[in-house]
Amino acid sequence: MVFVIQTALELGFLYALVSMALYLSYRVLDIADLTTDGCFVLGMAVSVTTAAAGHPILAIFLAMAAGACAGFITAFLQTRLGVPSILAGIVTNTGLYTINLMAMGWTSNANILKQATIFTLFRSTGIGGRWYSLILSAAITVAAGLLLVWFLGTRIGLSIRATGDNRDMVRASSVNPTFTITVGLCVANALTALAGAVVGQAQKSADINAGTGIVVIGLACLIIGETVIGRGSVFRGFLAVITGSVIYRFIYALVLKTGVVPVECLKLVTAVIVGLAIAMPALKTFFAFQKRKLTASRKGKM
Amino acid sequence: MLHLDRISKTFNAGTPNEKKALSGLSLHVAPGEFVTIVGSNGAGKSTLFNAISGSFYVDDGSITLGGRDITFMPEHRRSRRIGRLFQDPLRGTAPHMTIEENLALAYSRSAGKSNPFSRVSKKEKAFFAQRLELLDMGLEDRMRQPVGLLSGGQRQALTLLMATIEPPELLLLDEHTAALDPAAAEKVLSLTRQIVSEHAITCLMVTHNMNQALELGTRTLMMADGSVVLDVSGQQRQGMTVEDLLTRFRAGTGRDLDNDRILLS
Repeated sequence: MVFVIQTALELGFLYALVSMALYLSYRVLDIADLTTDGCFVLGMAVSVTTAAAGHPILAIFLAMAAGACAGFITAFLQTRLGVPSILAGIVTNTGLYTINLMAMGWTSNANILKQATIFTLFRSTGIGGRWYSLILSAAITVAAGLLLVWFLGTRIGLSIRATGDNRDMVRASSVNPTFTITVGLCVANALTALAGAVVGQAQKSADINAGTGIVVIGLACLIIGETVIGRGSVFRGFLAVITGSVIYRFIYALVLKTGVVPVECLKLVTAVIVGLAIAMPALKTFFAFQKRKLTASRKGKM
Repeated sequence: MLHLDRISKTFNAGTPNEKKALSGLSLHVAPGEFVTIVGSNGAGKSTLFNAISGSFYVDDGSITLGGRDITFMPEHRRSRRIGRLFQDPLRGTAPHMTIEENLALAYSRSAGKSNPFSRVSKKEKAFFAQRLELLDMGLEDRMRQPVGLLSGGQRQALTLLMATIEPPELLLLDEHTAALDPAAAEKVLSLTRQIVSEHAITCLMVTHNMNQALELGTRTLMMADGSVVLDVSGQQRQGMTVEDLLTRFRAGTGRDLDNDRILLS
């Protein structure tokens, strides 16, 4: 049982980085960035390959840099070349498949055999005892999150937030939206790649398909978190992302343990949850209108 | 100050919807002048402002501001020197960001050289609060609230403050009080007058209120079909009535002014 809780918490913290990236692109910048799936694997591939070569810490930063590059391509396509933003992400994502294979040495699966990872390095310090991997995951996610909160409060962060809020106003404040979108997507994808990088080192392997559907799971976590914590300030967003991600992993663990929903169906369930959650405002309006029509027609009969 | 030299702009060129919005318009505005602009529907008033602020590049002609050619300068760079207010009070502020954050963003326009990773300092916050007191709307006590909670009048007043917090070389007001209720409109207008005269900002203002056009400012332009058909200032403008203005418009264009909003006001 303790092991289940430990794993759920750990995965929750690790994958919260993906939701954090989506919070930045989807909520703050108001752009549906579908680079996520490929970018996650990119981070994982770069991280695992570099760690296998004996540089586990450098691996994390290299992975983030690679992620930022992927974000830059997506941003370049949509801001300079006029590719619609969703398509820009898909195009980059598709191209990344080959890049990811290349990063793993043209195999679909790469492993860290006996080389050190950030987790084994951290374990050797003796901090946290049996809970070392959870502590490291939580520390990385919280640090990245607090950095993001700080970043969004700086001048450049404010202009990124304004870009998603009111683009006219941004131009009037002499900020170039092309620039803010580019910076925003680079940071978001660096976060996604960070998630992939840490997950890759945690499980000591990278798989070309590890990212499939991760954008939907990330969104699900974001929405669950926002339902529980509420929306508002950036700091609230940071709390929501972590809470949502942990809750999602607990549900996942529960489903695995009890077998209420067959594990094969989990992606479908996730997709339905996300679809419904995003459709909620439209559904609410629809039902409110139907209710009004019903009361109006009842009155008419009386 | 501002020199427009025979600027032209045609929309949808070569299609059945071709529309010549500006046709060889020239205009010279002296520093400190406050110009009011009136005109028929579709006369090109907003297009003129779009051309000056850089929402599009003109097809022909040149634009000079403060001695520098800005004809091909992108919009976001021009906005360092040009402030603009729209009719829609929602266009000038970011609703999910706080009053303080909105002001900080507008303020960093001038602080372009400052570090992009710097945060809003205590000193700046005090300065913002002090500027907000000018509005006399109690906004200085609500600086941490999102702008989306403010009324249209409050948002427009805030936008005005943001556009002028670092006085621009040129201020463009595009019917900025037209969507507000009368009390709020009056308030925003008196603030405009106060701020513009305080910093001696060169200002262009589009209005549909003919009385206002003659009352405010130092010079009045009438536009029709993408060009200036009437330009009065100084002695000639003093003592002019709305009827005079309409007569002059008819004489200049050979038809009546057909702006439904003008006729209704």
